[in-house]
Amino acid sequence: MTREEKLKTSLAEAFNIDYMLLENESHMHSVPENSETHFKLVLVSDDFDGKRKVARHQAVYSAVNTEMQSGLHALALHLYTNTEWAELDNKQLASPNCMGGSKKG
Amino acid sequence: MSIMDAIKQQIEENSILLYMKGTPQQPQCGFSARTVQALMACGERFAYINILDNPEIRENLKTYSNWPTFPQLYVKGELVGGCDIVTEMYESGELKELVSSAAE
Repeated sequence: MTREEKLKTSLAEAFNIDYMLLENESHMHSVPENSETHFKLVLVSDDFDGKRKVARHQAVYSAVNTEMQSGLHALALHLYTNTEWAELDNKQLASPNCMGGSKKG
Repeated sequence: MSIMDAIKQQIEENSILLYMKGTPQQPQCGFSARTVQALMACGERFAYINILDNPEIRENLKTYSNWPTFPQLYVKGELVGGCDIVTEMYESGELKELVSSAAE
């Protein structure tokens, strides 16, 4: 199993996941080609509800502890509840509304 | 003094303390660089420890904080977070508020 697969398995065991995006970003760092040392994780789960950011990160680190101990060097974490994720979505990903330009002139 | 006590003392005695790779002038890691940039933009004086020069602190701090990576920012004795949290807090204005209150 690749580290990417192991991480996904461990995370799925530890959290009720509504959305997960795991990206290998190792190519952005000074490591050999095809390394699995640096990852970015976006995780949406209501398990984070009522938890401060530090506690959320600690929960994820604890779920992937085996990998952190065996060569996983960096894990960028973006952790949200469903409500936060929906708000973020609206802010960052929504396409702009029509401003009526085609009806002018 | 044990290394754990030394870490505790550092965190207690410095109201704004960043454990990082490299120095604010010459960060040795992209995540440390981004964090120090956000912190400097808040305009308060802060202490830092280069964990690359302190391998013993580097190993033991991970256990102390239950946080396996660097950088780690501490404000008023409490772990605020690493690069992702600090960046998010900087963007929302929370970081400036927090470090200003710690600098008073």
